[in-house]
Amino acid sequence: MNCEWRVRLDGYVDGELSPEKQAQYEQHLRDCPSCAGALLSCMQMKRGIRSAAAARYSPPAELRFRVAQVIGPPPRITYRWLPQFSLAVAALMLVVVAAAVWLARPRATDFASELLDLHVSALASANPADVLSSDRHTVKPWFEGRLPFAFNLPDLQGSPFRLIGGRITYFQQSPGAQLLFGLGKHQISLFIFQEGALQLRPSPGTQELGFTIDTWSQDGLRYAAVGDTEPAQIHALRQLVQAAHSNKP
Amino acid sequence: MKLPSPSVAQEAEAHAQPPAGETGDAGSFEAMAIPLFAPLYNFAHWLTQNREEAEDLVQETYAKALKGFASFSPGTNFRAWMYRIVRNTFLSSRSGLRAAATVPLDEEENGEAALPAISETPESLLLARSDQEMIRAALEQLPLPFREIILLCDLEEMSYREISVTLGLPLGTVMSRLSRARTAMRELLRRQLRRTSHEL
Repeated sequence: MNCEWRVRLDGYVDGELSPEKQAQYEQHLRDCPSCAGALLSCMQMKRGIRSAAAARYSPPAELRFRVAQVIGPPPRITYRWLPQFSLAVAALMLVVVAAAVWLARPRATDFASELLDLHVSALASANPADVLSSDRHTVKPWFEGRLPFAFNLPDLQGSPFRLIGGRITYFQQSPGAQLLFGLGKHQISLFIFQEGALQLRPSPGTQELGFTIDTWSQDGLRYAAVGDTEPAQIHALRQLVQAAHSNKP
Repeated sequence: MKLPSPSVAQEAEAHAQPPAGETGDAGSFEAMAIPLFAPLYNFAHWLTQNREEAEDLVQETYAKALKGFASFSPGTNFRAWMYRIVRNTFLSSRSGLRAAATVPLDEEENGEAALPAISETPESLLLARSDQEMIRAALEQLPLPFREIILLCDLEEMSYREISVTLGLPLGTVMSRLSRARTAMRELLRRQLRRTSHEL
């Protein structure tokens, strides 16, 4: 049997009727077995659907994680992360220090390279020496008045080295002496500058591009020997020069 | 006894207010969206009837919702807004398009003519508690537009107004479609009951 009140059935079951309409409908239910039966059936089905469909499918934990990743708040620094944060700061400081050391290192290398350039360009020059003489008593006086300092040259008698000559050179806007020595067919430059002009840490036998650069300090002068011979031979020249320096004229 | 014929549409207006706690008055997206996660997934699975699709759908929904949260007006219904995104995202997917095309809904969209024709006698259908599997099977067979409206109403217990927001339908259409969906559900259950009693 169809009842015109049947259109209120869904609204009643779903709690969508106004209190007034609800009361009217409940009044009608007492008089209409057809509507009462329909109501029972409808409520039963609604409850059945709810219990059959609710939480029927549970999301996997992995999806919850994925969604949390999608919508998660931006990471905040909390005390929980303090140890990690400290480590990060320490690591950063380490990087800064390493960078500073690394930046300082090329400076020294740059000085070595510059000395090497002076040596190579002198050898390549048509006139490698301003004063060309194997006599140290000719070469040394030539520098007088040209340099603000004096130096001694070794007596090479009995040594494998021979003096070729000398020239004035400039390093970092400071004048210095560049003395050329021969060893067989090799040539060695001996640079002499005032201490402070050559900001090169004394280091025996720095190797660069197959050349040996040996630097040392002695009584306010800074020496650097550059050549493509064996490091031992550069060292031997150094000992001769050091010995000559100690023999005050 | 002759009473004035009730107007269904007017009656629904009385309960248009969304339940307390379901409006997005305050709080972050996360705080509002996380509690909906499990029911939203359940709903998505009922829509798609496929686990992988449901997972992708939920993830996409949350991504879209987060992106569009700025356009969500506080004070309106956040839950309906989220379910609307799930449902529209599903409908724009390939399987969603296919599912939506299973039942012609033209006639119900034409206003008054859409009011349900009640021909069967629902009192003949009485369910036992053990009929959960039968109800699930019937829900799965139900065409998508019917299944979703029944789930929103009976499972999610949304008001007609919320359903209207979620599905983007006028209130009158919500009511007529709900009535048709229940009729279809009842018919499916009745058929299954008949088959079961034949087997016994």
